[in-house]
Amino acid sequence: MGGETVGTLTKKDFATSNEVRWCPGCGDYAILATVQSFLPELGIPPHRIVFVSGIGCSGRFTYYVDTYGVHGIHGRAPAIATGIATARPDLSVWVVTGDGDALSIGGNHLIHALRRNVNIKILMFNNQIYGLTKGQYSPTSEEGKVTKSTPFGSVDHPFNPIALALGAEATFVARSIDNDRQHLTEVLRRAAAHRGAAFIEIYQNCNVFNDGAFDMLREKEHAVHNQIRLRHGEPIIFDEGRRCVSVGENGRLVITEVANTLRDRIVVHDERGRPSLAFALAHTAGHGPTEPTCIGVFREVQRPVYGEAIAAQIKLATERLGPGDLAKLLRSGDTWSVS
Amino acid sequence: MAKPVVEKDRVVIRFAGDSGDGMQLTGDRFTSATAVLGNDLATLPDFPAEIRAPAGTVHGVSAFQIQFASEDITTPGDHPDVLVAMNPAALRAELKLVRPGATIIVNEDAFTQRNLERAGYTSNPLTDGSLDAYQVYRVPMTSITVRAVEELGLTRKEAERAKNMFALGLVSWMFGRPPEVTLDWLQRKFGDKPQIYDANVAAFRAGYNFGETTELFAQRYEVKPAPAEPGTYRNISGAAALAWGLLAAAERSGLRLFYASYPITPASELLHELSRLKNFGVITLQAEDEIAAAGMALGASFAGDLGVTGTSGPGMDLKAETIGLAVALELPLVVVDVQRAGPSTGMPTKTEQSDLLLALFGRHGESPIPVVAARSPSHCFEAALEAVRIAIEYRTPVILLADTFLANSSEPWRIPEVEDLPRIDPDFATAPNAGREFMPYLRDERLRRPWALPGTPGLRHRIGGLEKDEAGQISYDPENHQRMTELRAAKVARIAEDIPPLEVDDPDGDAEPLARGRGSSHGAIRAAARRVRERGRKVATAHLVHLNPFPRNTGEVVRRYPKVLIPEMNMGQLALLIRARYLVDARTVAKVKGLPFFAEELEDAMMKVMDE
Ligand code: SF4
Repeated sequence: MGGETVGTLTKKDFATSNEVRWCPGCGDYAILATVQSFLPELGIPPHRIVFVSGIGCSGRFTYYVDTYGVHGIHGRAPAIATGIATARPDLSVWVVTGDGDALSIGGNHLIHALRRNVNIKILMFNNQIYGLTKGQYSPTSEEGKVTKSTPFGSVDHPFNPIALALGAEATFVARSIDNDRQHLTEVLRRAAAHRGAAFIEIYQNCNVFNDGAFDMLREKEHAVHNQIRLRHGEPIIFDEGRRCVSVGENGRLVITEVANTLRDRIVVHDERGRPSLAFALAHTAGHGPTEPTCIGVFREVQRPVYGEAIAAQIKLATERLGPGDLAKLLRSGDTWSVS
Repeated sequence: MAKPVVEKDRVVIRFAGDSGDGMQLTGDRFTSATAVLGNDLATLPDFPAEIRAPAGTVHGVSAFQIQFASEDITTPGDHPDVLVAMNPAALRAELKLVRPGATIIVNEDAFTQRNLERAGYTSNPLTDGSLDAYQVYRVPMTSITVRAVEELGLTRKEAERAKNMFALGLVSWMFGRPPEVTLDWLQRKFGDKPQIYDANVAAFRAGYNFGETTELFAQRYEVKPAPAEPGTYRNISGAAALAWGLLAAAERSGLRLFYASYPITPASELLHELSRLKNFGVITLQAEDEIAAAGMALGASFAGDLGVTGTSGPGMDLKAETIGLAVALELPLVVVDVQRAGPSTGMPTKTEQSDLLLALFGRHGESPIPVVAARSPSHCFEAALEAVRIAIEYRTPVILLADTFLANSSEPWRIPEVEDLPRIDPDFATAPNAGREFMPYLRDERLRRPWALPGTPGLRHRIGGLEKDEAGQISYDPENHQRMTELRAAKVARIAEDIPPLEVDDPDGDAEPLARGRGSSHGAIRAAARRVRERGRKVATAHLVHLNPFPRNTGEVVRRYPKVLIPEMNMGQLALLIRARYLVDARTVAKVKGLPFFAEELEDAMMKVMDE
């Protein structure tokens, strides 16, 4: 129970005594380590932080971070977290979820939490598979995916989580990768500083049921060529300066050789403009990801935070009508006396 | 010259018209004037499910019934003494309830060929002799109203719309209701819209004066005030009583009320009522679905608010998952179920009590929870307080059962003093409970686990749907699961020691049958028992408010009587429970017509059992 003085917090203060039980080699370990190392940086005592999770491998996360925590039910973490964050604006509320949890059974709660701009930070571990139930295709699995429930290949078209969050009017949308500690930390930092709902898709390797799904971005030799790192206000150039995202015919975003591209055709990243740019960037890569893919903050804009808007309404009503008086309320309207 | 006044003990009036005719408002206003006079009363609104059903058709008829009396009454009455029918469809739809000899007041202007055809009449009942058995008053309400508001420059349509105020004025005159109550209300409601205000006042006065001056009506009636305990009274609907009861419970526990809900008939009334109470600090949240509403309320409870969600049948199905989680988390959560006729969408505006077994057992796994049922509109206030008390004190989800009839009807209520309401102690954990450690599932003498709010230093813990041991560690240990399951059940069962015993109304103590009920059948059971006793026969009644756990003496009570009769607006769910738990031959009187019991139905049922 030590370490509650903010100044002295370390990673250890956020580790529980529970034995971590993910499969050896799972990408979740790296994410957990990064989050635990990052949390002291927040400057918030651990007892003022709440982690809420759903069901799936990601759901166990709650038990491994020594804060307050609720391990909820499948898909409902954003709803439970909405209750917590709305009731208690003084808390730092984090949701940990997976692709099945957030996008399949909990899809409705996710989009509405984002739309409302509830002050919660949603970390969605996307491994493109159902891990805990032992390997069925998920709403982010690619078409044709062969799994136990799709022996002849999946015929479902997958979600693009970033595009979905943007479509839900999310005010903060980002993507990172489980094993890139530095990048993930930077994205977490930005999300924590954001006022309102933050959605972070984290590509996470499930080495048991979907190993290598993100190799083109995770493995060093490919990553340098395929990671398109978005930085606000900077031209989008990657592959060690060789390639870029540029405006092609009909305003479409295309990947071109820098050498063959006019400087003013190279897209300059803008997190704060219209969502259409972010949406287009979310679609630069095909599904997989098997080709160059954007990571970083796609979009960050300001909008009133949900709980604050409610508190403001209550304050206004109280000023206008005076603080509620129960005895008076019970006697409002027509009454009569019997003596 | 003033007309003679005839005194009556009790009167049942039914206002019926097209859904656009404003009958609910008319009934509501008549109720207020009646309440202020000190009559005991009970009301029953009965409206179509469609927002705007085709005008003039039988299924577009909206009705409002009120019984008022100079004595204690418990139901809105079985058969109207006076039916006010604003058009042929209303007459056709409601006539089956009216017994020969009763009074029917019709808006004669509405009995046109076209309206008669729309209502399915092949001949005009006003002239073909089919109403000979009734005392029929034909009043040209529309034309008199139009004439009365002539000078106000309204369109014909606007002028006609005031005819419900004419009807109200006329019936108010007939039963000596004070006009001031209605006029004051019109002032409050339309004071800033002079034209509409003037039109309504003119129509109301025209109706009132019509009764006084025309020779059509030979007499008026008087119903003396009912004896009542001293105090300040008001009329209250079940929906308002639920909302205020929750608010009072929040105030008495020092917690903020956090109400999350999804629009559904008829529970939306509760959301509307609470949404108005922002200056009490109430948070209301219209969720994206029923599941989210429950999740948000539970999250709010975890954070230290009084988390409440409300719904009706179909929403209960969806909330089951979260209620199960609340059983595992052992956090307070109140779920209000305003029951309606099922299965599936069923009849959304019609009443039923068929969610009892769902409330008790509708979750997977062993997941016992307390269930409380309101028995009358005003009792909803008390029932809400009790549901919250149990939820907070025992850290458990509680289902509070009401029904459509209770929520929509109203009755006089003696307003309690706020200081007299029970205090509820949330008793939050503030310090470690196991040496220097905090164990989230370590129980106290009442088997409750500590409620530690996020933000409390030193009490960080994780809870969740997975089975835990006392320390909050996930556990698949067979002995632990057995013990935890037994402890959760024992915690709920133990609440029986903390609730009042079942009271039996048995004037002589030797009645043969016992009629038992729960929920809104309470009023009809009491009224029927009175009728049976007036016939010189003996019957005892008892009424359950706590349905899980049952009061401790329940078994003793049901075994005391040779015959046990359970009237329910379902196919016998409570009877099933009583039979299973106490091994008595309880019998069901089942009614699933979307309507509450009539006292005479239960009177018949009781007599039949006794005469066997
Ligand atoms: S199944 Fe996959 S995602 Fe789940 S713990 Fe194992 S490796 Fe990780």
